[in-house]
Amino acid sequence: MELNKLTAHELIGQLESNKIKPDDILSSLKQRIQSINSKVKGYVRVSDLLSPQLEARSSKLPLKGIPVSIKDNICTEGYNTECCSKILTGFKPPYDATVIKKLKAAGATILPIKTNMDEFAFGSSTENSCFGPTHNPWNLDCVPGGSSGGSAAVVAADEAIVALGSDTGGSIRQPASFCGVVGLKPTYGRVSRYGLIAFASSLDQIGPLTKDVEDNAIMLNVISGYDPLDSTSVNIPVPDYTKTLGKNIKGLKIAIPKEYFISGIDSEVKTCIEEAINQMKQLGAITKEVSLPHTKYAVPVYYIIATAEASSNLARFDAVQYGLRVKAENLIDMYKKTRDQGFGDESKRRIILGTFALSHGYYDAYYSRALKVRTLIKSDFDSVFKEFDCIVAPTAPTTAFKIGEKTNDPLQMYLSDIFTISANLAGIPAISVPCGFTKKELPVGLQIFAKPFGEEIILQVAHTYEQATLWHKKKAKL
Amino acid sequence: MNYEAVIGLEVHLHLKTKTKAFCGCSTEFGQGANSQVCPVCLGFPGSLPVLNKLALDFAIKAGLGLNCTIQSHTKFDRKNYFYPDLPKNYQISQYDMPLAINGYLDIDIEGKTKRIGITRAHLEEDAGKLIHKDSESWVDFNRTGIPLLEIVTEPDISSPQEAYEYLSCLKNILEYLEISDCDMEKGSLRCDANISLRPKGAKELGVKTELKNMNSFKGVKDALGFEIERQARALENGEKIIQETRLWNIKSMETVPMRTKEEAQDYRYFPEPDLPLFLISAEKINEINTSIPELPRQKLERFVHDYGLSEYDAKIIVSSKAFALTAEKLIKKWPNKIKKPLVNWLCGPLLSEANSRNLSPEEIIIPGGDDELIDLIIAQEEGKISHLIAKTVFTESIATTTLASEIIKKKNLFQISDTDSLNAMIEEVLKDNIKSVADYRAGKTNAVMALVGQMMKKTGGKANPKLVQELLKRRLENA
Amino acid sequence: MEITKDTVKHVGHLARIELQDKELDTLSIQLKSILDFIDQLKELNTKDVLPTSHILPLNNVLREDECRDSLTTEKALQNAPQKKDNFFVVPKIIE
Repeated sequence: MELNKLTAHELIGQLESNKIKPDDILSSLKQRIQSINSKVKGYVRVSDLLSPQLEARSSKLPLKGIPVSIKDNICTEGYNTECCSKILTGFKPPYDATVIKKLKAAGATILPIKTNMDEFAFGSSTENSCFGPTHNPWNLDCVPGGSSGGSAAVVAADEAIVALGSDTGGSIRQPASFCGVVGLKPTYGRVSRYGLIAFASSLDQIGPLTKDVEDNAIMLNVISGYDPLDSTSVNIPVPDYTKTLGKNIKGLKIAIPKEYFISGIDSEVKTCIEEAINQMKQLGAITKEVSLPHTKYAVPVYYIIATAEASSNLARFDAVQYGLRVKAENLIDMYKKTRDQGFGDESKRRIILGTFALSHGYYDAYYSRALKVRTLIKSDFDSVFKEFDCIVAPTAPTTAFKIGEKTNDPLQMYLSDIFTISANLAGIPAISVPCGFTKKELPVGLQIFAKPFGEEIILQVAHTYEQATLWHKKKAKL
Repeated sequence: MNYEAVIGLEVHLHLKTKTKAFCGCSTEFGQGANSQVCPVCLGFPGSLPVLNKLALDFAIKAGLGLNCTIQSHTKFDRKNYFYPDLPKNYQISQYDMPLAINGYLDIDIEGKTKRIGITRAHLEEDAGKLIHKDSESWVDFNRTGIPLLEIVTEPDISSPQEAYEYLSCLKNILEYLEISDCDMEKGSLRCDANISLRPKGAKELGVKTELKNMNSFKGVKDALGFEIERQARALENGEKIIQETRLWNIKSMETVPMRTKEEAQDYRYFPEPDLPLFLISAEKINEINTSIPELPRQKLERFVHDYGLSEYDAKIIVSSKAFALTAEKLIKKWPNKIKKPLVNWLCGPLLSEANSRNLSPEEIIIPGGDDELIDLIIAQEEGKISHLIAKTVFTESIATTTLASEIIKKKNLFQISDTDSLNAMIEEVLKDNIKSVADYRAGKTNAVMALVGQMMKKTGGKANPKLVQELLKRRLENA
Repeated sequence: MEITKDTVKHVGHLARIELQDKELDTLSIQLKSILDFIDQLKELNTKDVLPTSHILPLNNVLREDECRDSLTTEKALQNAPQKKDNFFVVPKIIE
């Protein structure tokens, strides 16, 4: 049996009945990685897989030694964490991110090789990585989405059991949609950001990418919760997210926002989503069209707030304490040369944009205005959630596009996040679950939003839908 | 032309917390380089700040002590600029919603009270320390993240002396509040100054310069003094004052322009997304307010009013909180209405005793405690012992941890006020000092003091000097 | 709005990134189109809208003044590109 193809909950069952050992899982994963990573390129620095320190943890704890794959922007003590940027070459954090501590405490095995991503999570295609692009397992000519494209691809390609990604404007959900896996962005404050190398601090969240909804709930159980090291983590109890799985969705009120079915949406994607909505009705949900009137402003608001915060967050990469240093006679030349050679084009573009938006004379016109429109976007959601349990919409306007297709047009690339960005701006949770395939065999993702801390309802709806359709059972042919 | 100076001061103060502002690293001074650092204060990727509760409380306390309004909402902002002592290349500071605003501090200048306005006081994190070598700089991040309170005055200060007074008063208050060491040598208090000149009586402000690198209050005073002269001379010569930062050079005693090319700073402030808002409730302010002790100015007024102390003495006593407490305890125990003899002792022998031992007056352990000291002073007042003996006994008592009264008894140091035995000794002294006697008689009446001295020597200081002088004069005039 | 090469160059200096002439060209064109796109925010009347800088209704998140372990000096310096005697070392500071 190919253990690498199984889900975490299936493996936990087998481990509990002592049919297999954690090392069996690890060796089946290693084999898979060695045979196909050169095609998919979902992992970076693969030679570290042979690291002698790597041993599966035999454990009585809930995760029983299950291997977890980690995006390259989450700090792992002693393992390189480089955000797929040249500027962080060789950086080994002296500490574990809180989510890594929690995973270890729950008995997980952390893989020493990290998953590929757009440099500093700047992108929607995983093409902006200093290690080169990741390929979509469903079609190697296509992008896996981004920025957590590596995490999504390795889960889809059975090179991972489960993975962690980060989502600032859709970076978990959009690649989940492109790769046909389940990806959740939790409520802002649900999962500690301590140890997540910040892109945009007010938007970033860590979340799981998994083969099915149950695995997602299991992972969320482990990584959620208050962290005294993160001032923006919220101190409210963590429910058992697997408890509501299997509960029917009869009478549940689902809103369908009309703004998500217009501009530029692919007709096949639209059909898949409409069929999914019909399926939900058949499962007993009540659906109704609503309006989120400020949706079209989400992308411009996001590209001001996110780049402004990023320009400040990335100022620390200055060659003083860690990472790349380009030798220079004096300090300012060292700064400028290191940051010129260490950052890729997209990173430079965003740092420049963000610096500009905060600079003297432009703050009010750009940053301050963006914060105000953010308020309007949030209140759009607030009013819908007064009446509805969740919102259902497409995750992305299209399926996976071709590698290189949008690299020369940053604005077109930014618009591929048009349906995911609002959830980050409003701080609400949202999931992407597989909801069908196009004629070209590319997966489509269905997005479900709920109000803050409404992860239980999201997982319940996603699970009920998933079990009724079984799209998640389909595997990419590699 | 006559010019007047317009001066504003900016003080940066280390708050005396055990740990840094946003992480649990120790703030202890003088430890090995980069030994008190963690991912947070090093600004390592992925790390996040969490505010120290005591730092916030201390900042509120300082604000209240400086008569500021504490804002009900306050937040932190990022101040973005690149410098190798700033690990994140932004400083967590406060921009448009500082913790405390609109305060003041009263100073005494030329016998009058002057009010210096305080624009704002806000909380921020300190940067690290750079050591400049020939072709490189070394960075130690131990100081990085220590909570700093920045206190900015209105341009209300008009002379170097006023600036000095302001700083002394400020330091005194902060010590009373017990929130900072205020040690300029250790860098726990730093002061920059803005100064411009304008023709006396003019309303418009002149071009200002910013002065840095003063490492004592006197340095601030000297630097301002130099700068006033420099600017006045320049204006007289029709030169323009350049808006610039100048560094105080303690060796040459002059301010010199900073060598770096100055560009218009653009700090790109924006709200710190990693730290949610802080709401300061009226209850919180009340709670901290009740913990504020009587401050030096009020204490001084009370000492003058309640105990009849002179302003001069009271000022010496309230200059240290602990000394003031010790002094007041003694003043309350002092049995007589006139406190002057006791106060003279506090500001005299007690203070010099402390100074010679490098201690604060309250740290002096007096054998037998307050009562013994009071008895000693009373004995001197009643003429039982001489002032000189009293002082010697006091020193010996402390050095040998013996009761003063015991020393007096054992050595029989009681003052000799017995006229007969004193007269007998006077005869002997006159015999041995014929020259002084002759001088006196020749009209040099001062010569009597030499004879008093001889008498004191002869009696081992025990003779009552007043009486001896009287007896001597009588004897010399009568014969 | 017009984004000149000089503007981009100045912003590059603020961000301490050296930009080649070709990059200045591309970036000024790209920034212009992105900013034009962003300018659609001006359609909205935001006069009476409060800005959202923190999405959570959290406040007063504080820690007690208690020491936590620091890193060892060795660990703090383990990633340093240049170090000497427990200090980080940077080239001469001239601006």
